[in-house]
Amino acid sequence: MKIFIKFDFTAVCNKLIEEKLSELGVKHKVLGFGEIEFLEKITEDQLSQLNNSLKEYGSEVIENQKSILVQKIKDTITDMVFNDDENINVKSSVYLSEKLDHSYGYLSNLFSEVTYTSIENFIILQKIEYTKQLIINTDLKITDIAYKLNYSSVAHLSTQFKNTTGITPSAFQRIITKRRELNNPKKQE
Amino acid sequence: MQHKDVFIILADDDEDDRLFFEDAFEELKIDTKVSTFKDGLELMNYLTQEDSILPNILFLDLNMPKKSGIECLTEIKKINRLKDIAIAIYSTSASEEDIENTFVLGANVYIKKPNDFKKLKKVLSNVVTINWQYHTSGLNKDNFLLRL
Repeated sequence: MKIFIKFDFTAVCNKLIEEKLSELGVKHKVLGFGEIEFLEKITEDQLSQLNNSLKEYGSEVIENQKSILVQKIKDTITDMVFNDDENINVKSSVYLSEKLDHSYGYLSNLFSEVTYTSIENFIILQKIEYTKQLIINTDLKITDIAYKLNYSSVAHLSTQFKNTTGITPSAFQRIITKRRELNNPKKQE
Repeated sequence: MQHKDVFIILADDDEDDRLFFEDAFEELKIDTKVSTFKDGLELMNYLTQEDSILPNILFLDLNMPKKSGIECLTEIKKINRLKDIAIAIYSTSASEEDIENTFVLGANVYIKKPNDFKKLKKVLSNVVTINWQYHTSGLNKDNFLLRL
């Protein structure tokens, strides 16, 4: 005898997700179309457990692990540049692999694959970003900023600023000042 | 950048430049969708429609008939729905005055049109990835100035 089963794919998928997630025991909300929101913290182990249990159904957690790790790399770099004055002398590759517990080669490849930029470029971008903030919001001279960010010389910082943004630090300052005047013509700062 | 195309608009009256621009993006590994307009008026007519899809980044030629790049830039910055679009000036001119002036008016990027295709690809890929960082990495967009 042959029979024919009509699948309700949405129902099947939702049932599968419910089962796998309740195995995990993490509070969650199914948002539909395979999107799930976790209402409490989920560890990387749990996420890979979920991914593994989905694999036998030909399904997987898409990009999440990668995106999460890339986000962690970014956060770590930002934190390193903006907040961690003490560790600014540590090589960033060592810093990242220690903080994130992966080899630098792995982190570096993953980062380039997802963002199309290298970790090195991102670090420079963040350093220049911090420099911009300091130029605009503090009275620090470019010499002080270079020292604070552990550049070997003012020239090095200026050159990197120019290479990254195409303009010099002083042109940057001038433009932002003019822009502010244009946008707030009456306000005297 | 996964699963989501980066939407790019170019307004330029030069047909060859529009073609090069589109070809360049086609050859880049970044997934993009490119729309072009042949003058500033056409561009503004599109952008000011209530239901227009706004680009992740807008490339503006400076010298265009009917409405110049500067006029577009100034208008865009005055319209609430449009003022946060990242704007790249895409021009043959590289006069310091033009550059500083457009930055002051709110442009984020100034590109002098490269004359070879390889350079063009490199420049455009650079702009789009950095622009993406500003969108996704919590960088302050007000400080986004880039000259290439």
